[in-house]
Amino acid sequence: MSAPAVSPIWGFIARRVLLGFVVLFLVSIVVFLATQGMGDPARAILGRTATPESLAALRQQLHLNQPLIVQYITWAGGLLHGDAGMSLAAQEPVSTLIKDKVVNSAFLVLIAGGISIPLSIAIGSYAALRRDKPFDVAMSLITLVFAALPEFVVGVLLVVLFATTVLHVLPAVTIIPPGAGPWDDPAGLVLPTLTLVLAVTPYVARIMRASMIEVLESDYVEMARLKGLPERVVITRHALPNALGPTFQVIALNLAYLAGGIIVVEYVFNYGGIGSALRDAVYNHDIPVIQALAMLIAGLYVALNLLADVATILVTPKLRTRL
Amino acid sequence: MSVYNPLVTNEPPLVQPKKPSGVLRNALTLGRTRVGVALLILIAGIAVLGPLFAPHGPQEYLGLLPNKGPAPGALFGTDHIGQDVWSRFLDGGREILLLAAAATVLGLAIGIAIGLFAAYTKGAVDDVLMRGMDVILAFPAIMLALVAIATLGPSFWMVILAVGLTNVPRVARVTRAAAQPIVERDFVGAAEAIGVPRYKILFGEILPNVLSPLMVEGSLRLTYSIGLIAGLAFLGFTPNPNGADWGVMIQENYIALSVQPWGVVLPVLAIALLTMATGMIGDGIARAAAGIDRLRSAE
Amino acid sequence: MTTPSVVVDKLQISMSGGARTVIVDDVSFEVAPGEVLGLVGESGSGKTTVGLALLAHCRRGVEITGGSVRIGTTEVLKMSEAELARLRGGLVSYVPQDPAAALNPALTIGTQLREVLEAHNFGASADERTARVAEMMREVALPDQPAYLKRYPHELSGGQQQRVGLAIAFACRPRVIVLDEPTTGLDVTTQAHVLSTVRDLAEAHGVAALYVSHDLAVVGTLANRVAVMYAGRIVELGPVLDLFQNAAHPYTQRLIFAIPHLTGSRELVGIPGRAPAPARRPQGCTFAPRCSYVQDRCKLSLPELRPIAVGHEVRCVRAEEVRGQMQRHGVEAAREETASQASVLTLKNVNAGYRRATVVHDINFELARQECLALVGESGSGKTTLARSVAGLNATWSGDIKLNGAPLANAARNRPREQRRIIQYVFQNPYGSLNPRRTIGHIIGQPLELFGTHGEAAEKKVAEMLDRVSLAASYAYRYPDQLSGGERQRVAIARALVCDPQVLICDEVTSALDVSVQAAIVELLGTLQRDLGLAMLFVTHNLPLVRSIAQRVAVMSHGSIIELAPVEKVLSTPEDEYTKRLLSDTPSLEVALETAESV
Repeated sequence: MSAPAVSPIWGFIARRVLLGFVVLFLVSIVVFLATQGMGDPARAILGRTATPESLAALRQQLHLNQPLIVQYITWAGGLLHGDAGMSLAAQEPVSTLIKDKVVNSAFLVLIAGGISIPLSIAIGSYAALRRDKPFDVAMSLITLVFAALPEFVVGVLLVVLFATTVLHVLPAVTIIPPGAGPWDDPAGLVLPTLTLVLAVTPYVARIMRASMIEVLESDYVEMARLKGLPERVVITRHALPNALGPTFQVIALNLAYLAGGIIVVEYVFNYGGIGSALRDAVYNHDIPVIQALAMLIAGLYVALNLLADVATILVTPKLRTRL
Repeated sequence: MSVYNPLVTNEPPLVQPKKPSGVLRNALTLGRTRVGVALLILIAGIAVLGPLFAPHGPQEYLGLLPNKGPAPGALFGTDHIGQDVWSRFLDGGREILLLAAAATVLGLAIGIAIGLFAAYTKGAVDDVLMRGMDVILAFPAIMLALVAIATLGPSFWMVILAVGLTNVPRVARVTRAAAQPIVERDFVGAAEAIGVPRYKILFGEILPNVLSPLMVEGSLRLTYSIGLIAGLAFLGFTPNPNGADWGVMIQENYIALSVQPWGVVLPVLAIALLTMATGMIGDGIARAAAGIDRLRSAE
Repeated sequence: MTTPSVVVDKLQISMSGGARTVIVDDVSFEVAPGEVLGLVGESGSGKTTVGLALLAHCRRGVEITGGSVRIGTTEVLKMSEAELARLRGGLVSYVPQDPAAALNPALTIGTQLREVLEAHNFGASADERTARVAEMMREVALPDQPAYLKRYPHELSGGQQQRVGLAIAFACRPRVIVLDEPTTGLDVTTQAHVLSTVRDLAEAHGVAALYVSHDLAVVGTLANRVAVMYAGRIVELGPVLDLFQNAAHPYTQRLIFAIPHLTGSRELVGIPGRAPAPARRPQGCTFAPRCSYVQDRCKLSLPELRPIAVGHEVRCVRAEEVRGQMQRHGVEAAREETASQASVLTLKNVNAGYRRATVVHDINFELARQECLALVGESGSGKTTLARSVAGLNATWSGDIKLNGAPLANAARNRPREQRRIIQYVFQNPYGSLNPRRTIGHIIGQPLELFGTHGEAAEKKVAEMLDRVSLAASYAYRYPDQLSGGERQRVAIARALVCDPQVLICDEVTSALDVSVQAAIVELLGTLQRDLGLAMLFVTHNLPLVRSIAQRVAVMSHGSIIELAPVEKVLSTPEDEYTKRLLSDTPSLEVALETAESV
């Protein structure tokens, strides 16, 4: 029975991966056009006071005089080989520049994710199981309030609360000396992590709750109760498997939001990761860095969505056998 | 597939689209909506009317030392270059609100059109449109905005365009999801059968039936647009760097936080309360639209 | 007298919170072992709610507020959660209406069968349980191989899913079974199989069964006794034969008159008005507003349930008079063959389908002016696809369709205005065919606007149509969600007729309505067809209904017309095997009663 079912799944996965690449390709075009294809990049970099000579020199250096297609191919080809060009601000290869920052950001995301993922799943599920009871009502209000707040607002408020004004127990900035890792300064990690967790968990918990409720109110769960199955069995055998699909979506969503959240949160705490690097690059019109980081983060997004979709299909028999 | 099934059709459908005015009225009966509306009126009031009450101009030089606490003439003290914090605060909301509202409207207009069209046309057109939306959604909103303004700069219209663009795919997805079951309903088929022109079907038959979820999405988009625009200002990207802007205020006074908190606390609280307000209103509308029909009819 | 398996006494169920509106009141009945009690009612009668109450279960927002339910000697309503878990599935089982929804899509059917055995500690070992599962499958005529048990619900057909539902219900050999319209949505032949399975199992195991249904014909075939519910109360209760032949309550009587009959023709009569919503039930007898026997005393106080014959109770003060009136309605005049008229619609070699498949093959027929042709078939026969193709709602068809001699384009959008005006369509689902955001007047007037009538002339026409479909003029300002299903269907008909079409296509227009409302709509359509001289294509799965409205009938199966002849001929002397089988499988009240009588 298994033999015919397996190969269609691989075919499906292959199709999704292909689709992911197509999206990435289109994303790269968008990134490229937005940064190099519009306006006058040379003028943007050098500012309004630039002399015509310096503009011309920069254009020459950056190959901006060549047709767009050629520029794109040069850039994309370079990326595929791991060469992201030279940072204009730092005058060193982009890859060396961001290597450590990627590690720092990854660490932060993993820690924040390690807390927010189980937390959002737990809060959402429990609220759904105890619907309209005190926990659910309280959580509904709390998650609503926090989900609406922008991440930097959460960060700044936490700093005001714990670092500078009300209490003085935690540092307002995270200092990571070159060569060291963020794990060397645990105190400095607390507020950035807390900010990310508070920014992402409430929204995702609400989605988890809604998915759980849909499952709990389904006809087949009602039928399971009418069969006389113990409540424990109803939840674990009947409700949970159908909530798995949405749960994977929720996990992917969680990580994706975290990836976006670090852009602002790192700036608040002066955390040396790719988020603050992106901000600085935009501020300095450092186009190669912008392009590289944008592709990195977008690639992460696409990969996460892909994983979530594939996982959902795998746990949903109806979809699995339809392939 | 059975053609008839009294279980499904003998009773009114579980989710009946309610009239928008009815939904809004019901939403206002909820406590959280009322709190939201009150807060919104308060903060928006400050933002819009503030400049009329500011004791000093936003860039007026007061002759006081920078980063000093409350003093006569400066209710909440001075900011990093000696300007009056209170006056700048009163001035700082207008631009954010204006930009956010414009970006929301832009996102709604384009997103609704795309979503309706994709849901109605189905097939290849639907696929292409939704793939396009996926490409935009492959960026975190703030990153898309940053990339967009990287070369062209954060001018007034660029910011609206960039933030509006982040709204479009989300609105399109919600519209499409809400419109799809409507498109399958027979009254759309009835209109097609007698030859009602396409645009009339989209905007006359389908759109009025998806207004409830769109109202919810609209308030959600407003909340995010406010957050995004304030965030961009905080990161240093704003059309008017010297003017008063809550996001800019937070950033420029951040360094002096331990000494003079008001330059940061006032604007950050204002943004917080504003987004909470729009969030609560949106949630109230969502509950009003869905809650009434949650009970299955007694049979 | 055997002790009854279940005794329900003065059951009351209300909505929770707020006004505590009473939904079901003063419901009492008993069911003996091996007996089937049919609980009959239309939508809003509360019958499903009563069925669930036997398991001490209520849907969200509803709770049991009075009375008692005794299974054997145990009072069910006072049990704790743990005791109820043992009760449900073990002592009392439930077969739901929609099997697809009640089976967990993520679990194999084998798992779902086994777990009910495990939960009730049925059998001493795992092997015994496996054996029982196989036995259950055989009992419901499904394959008992392990490979079949590994399937998921979506891999089974509707009929198979429903049989799995039956197997689950009978697994632990319960004493009582509640069946909630389990054959809804199944085609007639599968329905017949399921019904006979239920009957056999109930008899073989001495199970007391409560069969909840709106379908009187089915109940007549299956039940020993029948209870009729209206607006939350039992209005009549008695042995099936006596109840149907000598109905003592006006509602029961009208319900019977509203059933289309397969053999011998009775005039099809509907019941005017509609059942009141729980919050709006009148003082006194709830049926009074619609009753033709009503007197002043009926409106003052609610009649009590009282005996009128052996084992037969009724809730009406004039029951004795009513009982004698069953023969009142006469034989219907057969629909005359209209003098042969010119064809308004001609179909030649028509194939139709969807992007992936052709479901309708090689259709040829002609529709004459002022003639009504019924298209009959079960689900999947292609009748709706064909109808939609003629109307231009489905553009995927090939062949020749001519309207008054002129060929029709595939899609309605590509047809000239006149053709679009001449052919009109009425949809099945009254809850989906009207735009909830528009007023009734607006809805009916929409075609007028499109076809060139505006302003005052349009308003007059709308008012005229409302009158023709027996709706008050004030309805023009109402919204669809304020109307009942029958009223909405009238609006849909009005909309279709407002531009004076020549051909009206009715697609299962009564299938989504209660029996009494069905009859009224069919009455209306018949009158309109005669008065307006319409040619009509009447699509339905309900064979007996055809007699009341059509002159000729085309029986469809698997996409082809297998028999096309005048109604009388097809119904009394069918030629094709399929038609014969269809006729014999369709539950018919008269046949059931004849069989019961002869026993």
